[in-house]
Amino acid sequence: MEVADNNNESGTQGLGAYLAGHLREYGLLVALIAIMAFFQIVTNGVLLKPVNITNLFLQNSYIIIMALGMLVVIVAGHIDLSVGSVMGFVGALAAVMIVNWGWPVWLTIPACLIMGLIIGAWHGYWVAYWKIPAFIVTLAGMLVFRGLSLWLLEGQSVGPFPRSFQALSTGFIPDFLGGGRPNATSLAAGIIAVLLILWLGIRQRARNRQYGMEDEPTAFFVVRNFIICGALLYVTYKLAYFRGLPNVLISMVLLTVVYAFITANTTLGRRIYALGGNEKAAKLSGIRTERLTFLSFVNMGLLAALAGLIFAARLNTATPKAGFAVELDVIAAVFIGGASMSGGSGKIVGAVVGAFIMGVMNNGMSIMGIGIDYQQVIKGLVLLAAVFFDVYQKNKN
Amino acid sequence: MNSLLEMRSITKEFPGVKALDNVNLTVAEGEIHAICGENGAGKSTLMKVLSGVYPAGTYDGEIHYSGKLAQFSGINDSEDLGIIIIHQELALVPLLSIAENIFLGNERASGGVVNWRETFRRTEDLLKKVGLSEAPGTLIESLGVGKQQLVEIAKALSKDVRLLILDEPTAALSEGDSQALLDLLLELKTQGVTSIIISHKLNEVRRVADSVTVIRDGATVSTMNTKTDDITEDRIVRDMVGRDMASRYPARERHAGDMLMEVRDWNVWHAEHKDRQVIRNASFNVRAGEVVGIAGLMGSGRTELAMSIFGKSYGRNISGEVAMHGQVVNVSDVPNAIASGLAYVTEDRKSLGLILEETIQKNTTLANLEEVSHRGVLDEGQETAVAEKYRDAMNIRTPSVFQKVMNLSGGNQQKVVLSKWLFAGPEVLILDEPTRGIDVGAKFEIYGIINDLSAQGKGVVMISSEMPELLGMCDRIYVMNEGALVGELTAEEASQERIMSLIVTD
Repeated sequence: MEVADNNNESGTQGLGAYLAGHLREYGLLVALIAIMAFFQIVTNGVLLKPVNITNLFLQNSYIIIMALGMLVVIVAGHIDLSVGSVMGFVGALAAVMIVNWGWPVWLTIPACLIMGLIIGAWHGYWVAYWKIPAFIVTLAGMLVFRGLSLWLLEGQSVGPFPRSFQALSTGFIPDFLGGGRPNATSLAAGIIAVLLILWLGIRQRARNRQYGMEDEPTAFFVVRNFIICGALLYVTYKLAYFRGLPNVLISMVLLTVVYAFITANTTLGRRIYALGGNEKAAKLSGIRTERLTFLSFVNMGLLAALAGLIFAARLNTATPKAGFAVELDVIAAVFIGGASMSGGSGKIVGAVVGAFIMGVMNNGMSIMGIGIDYQQVIKGLVLLAAVFFDVYQKNKN
Repeated sequence: MNSLLEMRSITKEFPGVKALDNVNLTVAEGEIHAICGENGAGKSTLMKVLSGVYPAGTYDGEIHYSGKLAQFSGINDSEDLGIIIIHQELALVPLLSIAENIFLGNERASGGVVNWRETFRRTEDLLKKVGLSEAPGTLIESLGVGKQQLVEIAKALSKDVRLLILDEPTAALSEGDSQALLDLLLELKTQGVTSIIISHKLNEVRRVADSVTVIRDGATVSTMNTKTDDITEDRIVRDMVGRDMASRYPARERHAGDMLMEVRDWNVWHAEHKDRQVIRNASFNVRAGEVVGIAGLMGSGRTELAMSIFGKSYGRNISGEVAMHGQVVNVSDVPNAIASGLAYVTEDRKSLGLILEETIQKNTTLANLEEVSHRGVLDEGQETAVAEKYRDAMNIRTPSVFQKVMNLSGGNQQKVVLSKWLFAGPEVLILDEPTRGIDVGAKFEIYGIINDLSAQGKGVVMISSEMPELLGMCDRIYVMNEGALVGELTAEEASQERIMSLIVTD
């Protein structure tokens, strides 16, 4: 046992040792940058054009939003295969409510979100209280809700939506600080975000030092933040020269921050990790594991419903095919982001970066005109490579 | 007598650490050789070198087996020569039958088609040899740990074993099963099988071993032989820990105070088999500052009693009541049991007590996150402070509380579990086999912690299969048999004989 103790001594390591211990986290960031650089070059600069950056966010928003919920479900030790169907079903429901029944938008949106909660509760009930494997329950859900959306739409596409509903996805934040280009609100938001990230980072370092926790070497901290903040400023600058900040970007960022906080800093988050790490031990430690499992599915249902609304709003129509096979992209994003198949580990930021990696690859390959056949092959191999990297790292330690 | 095995100056290094330093081991043909040492002393590493898990070339030194230099490149090489290891964690497939397990990887088959008749016939012979009366077609999962252990030995015999190595074979066995196993070893000895037995249980070592080698910190400390040396448990312990131990149990004062917890008429039915009653009308009590033992054989229902009380974590149709300070309390689920002032330290710390992939810090605070958070938001500084406080108080040997618990030794892991429950602030702690699989030094520390708890006025219920431990630690001992509490003895009245006779005469 002494062997392990000595090897893992923290606090007094060199840069190399630190990097070796955190290769996965940095590797993810480096991979995203490398992939973006690659496509930027091979698409002759199209990838990072303002209009395409905006598109990137619009195209991937629903994946990222569902990846937040999927990370929670996977950390809790389960999986949800139904999210693509649920997303399609809720989009269909919204279309039927607004177009066929003439419901107002302000009523439709909460009604659809509540439907999401109910669907999540349905899945969670079977998984949490009857201990039916989530794989089975949500596989059933995948079929059920795919069928229900077909039935709702009677096999047709239903649309279009009123502008106020479309604004969910394709709307932009109005420029409060004077009009024109560049969009001043967008720039200001970018600068504020950068300052916030730096302040939080520095405060965290100070705390870590105070408690004697493992600390990122200064060089890494500086380089990492330089890259992140630089990228952030670059993106907001580009967006400012297009139409400003998309609404959906704002909701995405807010949700990401909220979920990152909940998973990392609250008792609720800690209990979910404990549940996924060792359900029996968590239960014997007084954690209501059934309730947590139930809630993680309810949450997933809510986010899938939100994603369904955003997706329908972007396409401006609900189709029976909407959300088909999307669950695979969402799950892949979470695993590329470093979550463990067996539960108990994984981070929100990882899942979001994982989703971006998938998104940039989709987008870049489409611009290049690579066929959907090759795209699938490449995405599959990237997923396998990322998880192989995890397993390899684990075995080496 | 000829030596069957000679390991000469074996040195094995891992990055940064010398696990074995010049170890010598000589095992004579036809003897039972015991290897003793604390956890982490290097016993398992030595056996891995011997069996070829660490192939020749990755260590220094020489292995001579039946007169020839042996260089194993893998476990198959050593098995071919009749060296068979039975590990602590049994390697049987639960959903296959005894016969299928015995001949797994070594099937009686021609052209890939299994010859079931021969398989079953040979299995019957082997089972007879190890004294098992089960049918060869019985599924492993329906056997108890003791019988599974015997199946492992039968499997070893099927491979024409010459040198049988058993790693803590009786750690999970009841007294009766342990005796049967040891008898079998003695029986095999008369048939010419040489055995190496790694064990923490010194009374067993004394009973069966012809020689004893003690290993400490990766080096051989002493080798004793029953013919020439006077082997006593005290001497082995002294060699194992490197110092004299005045007593294996720290001195303690009695301070039983007011009545703390009473359990009345507790009845529990089996979790799966509806009509099997596991606990029958159990009533017992604990006073403040008292250490109460529950003795009994494996399978007598001790763990089921404890877990059913702790938030109905086991069984069904549970009836009876639990009172704290004379008031009946709600123990319908774990959070309620904790709120009522109970804590349960499980016998299975790896699968029920700890989240192995998490840090010491996160494990320590898990049962009482409210204390280190404000409105649901964790205060990591406070958490760290708590974890460090318990690390110091419990003497958990680790460079940092951010170490993952899976990297700790068994004794230190157990201290983390105890930390978790102490931080939850219970009045009564139920300790289920608190020293199982823990080395002598750490055991002594755990005993010290138990004494501190009782000095603070907490009630302790201690479940243990090791009777000397109960006799050394408890103020009062309940004896359990087949789900009922069949007797109650004070420390003065209690002895191993009386406890056994209560179990047997019931």
